[in-house]
Amino acid sequence: MTDQNDSAAWSRRGVLAGLGAGVMLLAMPVRADDVSVAQAITDTFGTTPRQDGKITLKLPPLAETGNTVPLTVTVDSPMSDTERVKRVVVFANRNPRPLIAIMTFGPRAATAEFSTNMRLSGTQDVIAMAELSDGSIWQAQVRVLVTVGACDTLQLRY
Amino acid sequence: MPNTRIRVPKTAKAGDAVEIRAIIQHPMENGFRLDSQGTPIPVEIITDFSCTYDGGEVFSVKLEPGLSANPYFSFFLKATKSGPVDFRWVDQDGTITTATEQLDVT
Repeated sequence: MTDQNDSAAWSRRGVLAGLGAGVMLLAMPVRADDVSVAQAITDTFGTTPRQDGKITLKLPPLAETGNTVPLTVTVDSPMSDTERVKRVVVFANRNPRPLIAIMTFGPRAATAEFSTNMRLSGTQDVIAMAELSDGSIWQAQVRVLVTVGACDTLQLRY
Repeated sequence: MPNTRIRVPKTAKAGDAVEIRAIIQHPMENGFRLDSQGTPIPVEIITDFSCTYDGGEVFSVKLEPGLSANPYFSFFLKATKSGPVDFRWVDQDGTITTATEQLDVT
């Protein structure tokens, strides 16, 4: 009777310890990746404080292949002479190179909106940041589930 | 000369937001893929894209290997007067590809 209780307690403890170790292992690479994306963001925008909002990121919630993930970014801005979006930068926090592209809107742009296709190496967060003419920086983040990443060796080219 | 495909409407009303689409045929090798011998395929990308109209810039991009092969962009132009819409792509070797479409503003 006591033996059974002991073994049950042991297994529960074992499971908890295993879970803890698993969480640690999972957490480690995330932290490393966050450093590389944070570095990429600092390289682009410096240390200016960022605010959430103003940006609408349209991405599929699930992408079957990471080779071509359609992306639409819309920034809420009148795009007048005084108040406009200067540039939009897209990052993916788990790509080997987190910086995806830097888009600049010129004086002939009607709206601060664009679409393109991007590569994702796996399930991760896509971050878009917009720099406005007044110098403020806005950001938005969306998680995308990727079935087959773009870096997995695929002979097919999309 | 790589193939390009561009969509600019033939006509537009002054002040309208006109959707422009541009695509160029290019592998955009990201440098992480291996060939059949297991050696890495070197990076080969387009680094810059820009669109100009009526003496000013509409939209420009600094491309990174994180964009898909055959990079595609769609964006909106403010129609002001009739004239050409110019597109320009520059690859990492400095090769420039250009294209032009006429936009008539009524």
